[in-house]
Amino acid sequence: MKISLNWLRDWVDTGDDVPALAHALTMAGLEIEGIAAAGPQLPGVVVGEVKSVTKHPDAEKLNVCVVSTGAEEFQIVCGAPNVRVGMKAPLATIGAKLPNGTEIKRAKLRGVESAGMLCSARELAINEEASGLYDLPADLKPGQDLVGALGLDDTIFDVNLTPNRGDAMSVQGVAREVAAARGKPLHPPVIEPVVPTITDTFPVRIETGKAADAPVGCYKFVGRVIRGIRSHAASPFWMQERLRRAGLRPISAVVDITNYVMLELGAPMHAYDLAKLSGGISVRFAKPNEKLKLLDGREIVLTPDVLVIADERSILGMAGVMGGEHSGIADGTVDVFFECAFFDPNDVAGRGRRYGLITDASQRFERGVDPELQERAIERATQLLVESAGGKVGPLVVTRASRSYPALAPVRLRHSRVERVLGAKIDASIVQSLLERLGMVVSGSAGQWQVTPPTWRFDVRIEEDLIEEVARLHGFENIPEAAEIGAHEPSPWTETQIRNERASDLLVDRGYQEAINYAFTDQAYQSALCPEPAVALSNAISAELAVMRVSLWPGLLQAVGSNQRRQQPRVRLFEVGRRYSAAGETEVIAGVVTGSVLPEQWGVESRKVDFFDVKADVEALIGLTGAADAFRFVAEAHPALHPGQSARIYRGDRPVGWLGAVHPEHSKRLDLTYPVFVFELETAAGLAAVVPEFEEISRYPAIRRDIAAIVDEGLPVEAVRAVVQQSAGRLLKRLTVLSVYQGQQLQKGKKSIALGLQLQDTSRTLTDNEADALVAQVVEQLGRQLNATLRDQ
Amino acid sequence: MTDTVLDLPALIDASRAEIAGSASLDDLEQIRVRLLGKKGSVTELLKSLGAMDPEARRTAGAKINEAKQTLTGALEERRAALEAAKLAAQLASDAVDVTLPGRGQTIGGLHPVTRVRRRIEQIFRNAGFTIADGPEIEDDWHNFGALNIPENHPARAMHDTFYFPDGRLLRTHTSPVQVRSMEKQQPPIRLIAPGRVYRNDSDMTHTPMFHQVEGLVVDEGISFANMKAILHSFMRELFEKDVKMRLRPSYFPFTEPSAEVDISCVSCGGSGCRVCKQTGWVEVSGCGVVHPNVLKAVNIDPERYTGYAFGMGIDRLTMLRYNVNDIRLYFENDLRFLKQFA
Repeated sequence: MKISLNWLRDWVDTGDDVPALAHALTMAGLEIEGIAAAGPQLPGVVVGEVKSVTKHPDAEKLNVCVVSTGAEEFQIVCGAPNVRVGMKAPLATIGAKLPNGTEIKRAKLRGVESAGMLCSARELAINEEASGLYDLPADLKPGQDLVGALGLDDTIFDVNLTPNRGDAMSVQGVAREVAAARGKPLHPPVIEPVVPTITDTFPVRIETGKAADAPVGCYKFVGRVIRGIRSHAASPFWMQERLRRAGLRPISAVVDITNYVMLELGAPMHAYDLAKLSGGISVRFAKPNEKLKLLDGREIVLTPDVLVIADERSILGMAGVMGGEHSGIADGTVDVFFECAFFDPNDVAGRGRRYGLITDASQRFERGVDPELQERAIERATQLLVESAGGKVGPLVVTRASRSYPALAPVRLRHSRVERVLGAKIDASIVQSLLERLGMVVSGSAGQWQVTPPTWRFDVRIEEDLIEEVARLHGFENIPEAAEIGAHEPSPWTETQIRNERASDLLVDRGYQEAINYAFTDQAYQSALCPEPAVALSNAISAELAVMRVSLWPGLLQAVGSNQRRQQPRVRLFEVGRRYSAAGETEVIAGVVTGSVLPEQWGVESRKVDFFDVKADVEALIGLTGAADAFRFVAEAHPALHPGQSARIYRGDRPVGWLGAVHPEHSKRLDLTYPVFVFELETAAGLAAVVPEFEEISRYPAIRRDIAAIVDEGLPVEAVRAVVQQSAGRLLKRLTVLSVYQGQQLQKGKKSIALGLQLQDTSRTLTDNEADALVAQVVEQLGRQLNATLRDQ
Repeated sequence: MTDTVLDLPALIDASRAEIAGSASLDDLEQIRVRLLGKKGSVTELLKSLGAMDPEARRTAGAKINEAKQTLTGALEERRAALEAAKLAAQLASDAVDVTLPGRGQTIGGLHPVTRVRRRIEQIFRNAGFTIADGPEIEDDWHNFGALNIPENHPARAMHDTFYFPDGRLLRTHTSPVQVRSMEKQQPPIRLIAPGRVYRNDSDMTHTPMFHQVEGLVVDEGISFANMKAILHSFMRELFEKDVKMRLRPSYFPFTEPSAEVDISCVSCGGSGCRVCKQTGWVEVSGCGVVHPNVLKAVNIDPERYTGYAFGMGIDRLTMLRYNVNDIRLYFENDLRFLKQFA
């Protein structure tokens, strides 16, 4: 909300300079977000009065004028079409500097001397009007400095109001805060009731709240008829300036006045063209499927919890939000009906927003407008309207609902509670005076008060609300910093949880950079890779961010693509984050690897990364669990992956992840250099660790035996390992795959797998004979179960 | 071959010269064998002693042994010198260009937001806080209702919520973790909850996903003053600077009193710069005393217990910590950006 500092100072004068006042408001909770000058600096520009206008002898469009500053007269050549005798206009005298940098010098125009320049509003950077000279109010004194005459030496505060402070959405409200914060008196403008000169009224009925439990919505409707105003009347110049500084455009006397009163007092008003109203006004809730045509031409269907103002013919407006089209003030309006009503915040809140309507009125009403303010607002508007546009004034008519708005109950405040919640010692007398400065009525003893908030404070209903008021006026900076006293429980942490930190560090140490991708992605892009159903957002920001990710791969592959386009061919990225499905969200750690296995360097032959390089990284992750034996890699198909280089990772019988090469078709489609490897592992199920258990170290020597088994080429090594492990039994301490060979020395369709077996007993030394017998047993089982033969036999 | 003891001095002189002139350990060994080996000339002389009478044997024996010792010493000395030379030559040939880079995998790096998130977790863990977590797809009650933000509340307009067709939503802040934690556990509670949050907002200074850390302390006798103390010490720890802190009154439906937390600009120290928009202060957090309605919603007695809560933008703190000037860089995953934080 923008507010003129001069206007504010009319209400409360603190003697503070601009920064001090801004700071005081900010520290009281009304953050001053911006401080701006109201107008340009215009040294040498004064109010000029045009004394005479004669045609330039040699130029069709120019006039030679005599312009007076009271003390002196100047001959000025002027081309503006609206120049006329008696007009007051800005005169830039010799030496003046305009905002656009022009310096005014003595000049000759087509042979005629000109000792200055008459200016348009745009030339002075006051507003955009450039069609003619800035037509100044007739009551300005010639010679007066223009900035002073127009009150341009003003400062505009941009106040960032929090949603609880509807009461501060006006000059009056901000002034109350200033007065309370600085302990200064408030000087509101004098608003005398206007004495009616006619008896005309317009009927108003409040039809809501008839049943005891029905919402009332509108508790009070204050109306007044004013007849015979001068149509086309404009509001006074000073009012227009204040409106402009608040960011509103002046329109006409009636509209400007309703806006002015809203800005000044905080009460939104509405003015109807009385001639366009028929029958009477009724305040009611919308009927099912009732329609309303908005000012922007849209037609909306109202729900029955929307409060409306209607006449006999149609809905005139959405109560507390916005007026309708046909009943509003127009150029020819002569008879006016003013409305200023009190609407229950609960029956206005959210209604406008539902239809995309956020208005000055709705923002105030949904936060709460003082229910005692309406009569004053109408009197103020009447007074201002009569001053600017004349008119005969009817009586002020107050229509009330069948029930009255609940009176504010006093709130209990305990001094002990204030000190306990804030952790600060504040004298009871100070607490009481701070509350009284805010207009609260405080009764009771020093230890325990009964506090009645003023009618405009909708945010003060419970003890904590009062404590907050005390705290902010006392000053948060005056509350000490105090360490907590008391024992802290140690934070629980099981040894079997592997922190994501450890897994991330492991990948970082193996050359990966951590990435963070959005949790939402493009539907088509994702489903091509991972076709499982994705949860879609109702109000996505764009199609590219429309569905929740079902895997971290789409984001990581996009990152590969964008990096490769930025000349980064070697990419190793990982991310820890969640994937989402209708069933819930699962945290995973996922990675993507492409390019050379090592960074480009000397002394090492460059080689592209392959499946087993990346598998080693996944095995390292799995190794963190201390239970690597429980994991298996099983060849299974995945739509994103190369069918021959794709493994599902199982822990026991539970699938916990995937590893593989991105399908070459996807790589091609996504314009990625081939090959690209990806993996994904659930953190909770995949990285839960076991607590290590000590096993006796054998004091006896181990015996090593190597064998090479020839098997069908399609047989996975895992099957061979399993047979060896099972047939060798407990004496097999370690089993290593030494090589896998396929080629000319073997029959077609066969491969040779060389295995190293380390045999050892814990209680005695194994003999060579025993080792040989054990190997023979292994070989026999390999032959029997896998049809394997030994190589080199 | 020398036959007599009388020739010994000449033998010693000649041998010494030969030893000194030997070029390798092999040459030296040959000399040693010729003089002191089983059939060496000195050994032969010693053998000849047996034929002498006792008096002559004693005199000659002494002289021969003296000669043997002299030659042994000379041989050892030469051997040491040759070995030293050999080692020096070996070392010289082993020398490498130490300025060549090492080989193998290079280290990667954590995302800057993760770095700061870890620092935050460490600082609060040291202060006795636990780390809590909650779902990112939330229901209305945990994200709004239980936090004293009913339907139609103007504060909802500030949140720009992402919704799902079933009415659930992406959490707009980490505050629902407060509620979930208090539903599970009675005070004392001291936790922080870092994580991803979402708002339907995307421009120069907003990304639709960002990171927050929530803090919550509920116990008997917890006050606003306690909150000020922990936040200030946290800011000093995080930035490793004696930053100033101020609290400005603000409004959050779930805390009261509520405050925005400013710290003196960590970039300019408070004198005014681009980072603090010349104000000397940067806003880093929102905080407040837990609203009694929030405690009531989770069946904690607000008369007995009080608490405070705070929320901070981790991405924002990361910008301040590392002078990052564009928040959008965090989610572009450009290696040229990420590698700066290894």
